[in-house]
Amino acid sequence: MKSKIIAFVVLAVFVAAFSCYAAAPAKKPYKIGAVFDITGPGAPLGTPERDTAQMVVNQINKKGGINGHPIKLIIYDNASDETKCALAVKKLIDSDHVSAIIGPSSTGTTLAVVPICEKNKIPLISCAAGVKITQPVKPYVFKTAQSDIHAIAKVIDYLRSRGLKRVAFINDSNAFGTSGRDQMRLQAPKAGIKIVAEESFDSKDTDMTTQLTRIKAANPQAIVCWGTNPGPAIVARNKKALGIKVPLLMSHGISNRKFIELAGNAAEGVIFPSGKIIVASSIPDSDPQKKQLLAYAAQFKSVYGREADHFGGHAWDAIQLVLGAMKKVGDNPTKIRSVIENTKGFVGIGGVFNFSPKDHNGLSKDAFVMVQIRNGKWIPLK
Amino acid sequence: MEQFFQFLISGITIGSIYALTAIGFTIIYNCTQVVNFAQGEFLMLGAMLVAILVADGVPLVIACLIAIACVTIVGCLVGATLLRPLRTGSTLSMIIITVGASILIRGIVMLRPDKEAMRVPGFTGEGSLSVAGASFPVQSLWVLGTAAVMVVLLWAFYRFTLLGRAMRASACCKEGARLVGININRMTILSFAIGAAVGAVSGIVVAPITFAQYDMGVMLGVKGFCAAIIGGMGNFTGGIIAGILLGLLESMGAGFVSSAYKDAIAFVILLLILFARPQGVFGGSKQE
Repeated sequence: MKSKIIAFVVLAVFVAAFSCYAAAPAKKPYKIGAVFDITGPGAPLGTPERDTAQMVVNQINKKGGINGHPIKLIIYDNASDETKCALAVKKLIDSDHVSAIIGPSSTGTTLAVVPICEKNKIPLISCAAGVKITQPVKPYVFKTAQSDIHAIAKVIDYLRSRGLKRVAFINDSNAFGTSGRDQMRLQAPKAGIKIVAEESFDSKDTDMTTQLTRIKAANPQAIVCWGTNPGPAIVARNKKALGIKVPLLMSHGISNRKFIELAGNAAEGVIFPSGKIIVASSIPDSDPQKKQLLAYAAQFKSVYGREADHFGGHAWDAIQLVLGAMKKVGDNPTKIRSVIENTKGFVGIGGVFNFSPKDHNGLSKDAFVMVQIRNGKWIPLK
Repeated sequence: MEQFFQFLISGITIGSIYALTAIGFTIIYNCTQVVNFAQGEFLMLGAMLVAILVADGVPLVIACLIAIACVTIVGCLVGATLLRPLRTGSTLSMIIITVGASILIRGIVMLRPDKEAMRVPGFTGEGSLSVAGASFPVQSLWVLGTAAVMVVLLWAFYRFTLLGRAMRASACCKEGARLVGININRMTILSFAIGAAVGAVSGIVVAPITFAQYDMGVMLGVKGFCAAIIGGMGNFTGGIIAGILLGLLESMGAGFVSSAYKDAIAFVILLLILFARPQGVFGGSKQE
């Protein structure tokens, strides 16, 4: 009886070893972790990010991986929840032993995991926009989404060029909106622009008429609204209903079809800074990003049958930065970190990245173009 | 003064949405003494179904009917899960079941790949009306009108029909109701069916203003629940008035103090009201 068991165990070990050997690739895989807001409120961001990262990795593996190493992408959903995000990142580091992590999708979830990645010295390339992620600079934390610093700078450039000096500001009370407000408070006075009214609304609010009535009473020359769907769509509708005629500027948070769908004809004339992917075909050929933008848009469309968007673009930039670093230095997290920090002139979807020890976002306001909605279409201005 | 009038109108617009939600809570509470935490999800489900059907090209009226029918069935199912705990008489476990049901319903709707807000067309256009310099969406007339019609219908149902009185009796005293031949199980399921149908109608009516999204039920549920409590749980008119009061407090708070603290202002005042009158503003002192 005992010998039978031993024979069986020996056999099992042989089978296991053999099947392992048969399936084993030439070299050990490089592991990259990904954590995105795939469900919950951040889902519109996390879903294209996951799809893009997976698409890029599949393509690399089909071509034989990086220097012969296949790439293993381990993706977790944080359900747009800070606590779950922290757990997912701990799992990626402690039990999956990844070399770098891309994501998460939003500022809140990113800030929740920054200390974990810093402590464990694992590079984190976030796809979120909040400026607090990379300011002050943390050695292991990068981000590919354009900062609201640059979005606000672009908006202020526009206001100044049109001579609009008295501006009302209304923001969503979430992290995205308040971060924009802080930047506006910082940058507007320097440009000689006065904020004559400041209002906020909750992400789940259904009516902003009251706030807009107060804004109307302050008699601004333009209104700037900083938020993500669906709040800004309601602001646009309420503004139209109240008959406020001044220009309405918004953030890159509305740079998607959904805004036009939700706001309907109230979206007409809204002006906002946007990444270039949505207007890729109508930007000038001289733009250094144009070729890359069109290639990514075409590939995403052919794989998933949907239009590519900014969020997928952020993930494209993040995964390409990690893959590019791995190509140079393999899967050592510390070395990956220093390669990314010294990357210059990387032409991505979100812009042309020039990282430095002082700048872990690497973008300038040139990553944005000002876009106006006319007849339900995006028209680049100037 | 013109500003005040606008705040007033906006407050009523927002408040009418809360008021509609409060009605659904009241219906189920009136029959089962259970606070149905899935009520917000009934609204969400109604709104989402209509949004999805309309996006697929189904005419609005037919989409509404299908949505109401579906949500009513879901309501019956939720009601049916309560029948066992109903026998052992633990209200607490029934409430927990409704919490579970709400998470389940939301989870199922979340399976859809598109998780962003969806548009539902206004019943009579997207426009807005302007009265004495204050503007409000046309749809909020539908919301107020629906709330008014519902209150009248429900009041008549509970007062004059045998079924309605049987439902009230089963809430009042289960044993007594059973003794006179009322089928408690049937009454429970029926109350959930009506509550769900009312929830679906409310969700559909408010969706053109709020948009339809899988998580809209949470906030509506909380605010509607507050309105129902302030109004004196079980009191239809009270719930409606309290809902509008809540909307007014938010709007006035945002208008005259600060939009950053409007929810805080509204809820602090509501807490004060509850300290002064724990049974709710419009709830009579309970006699059992």
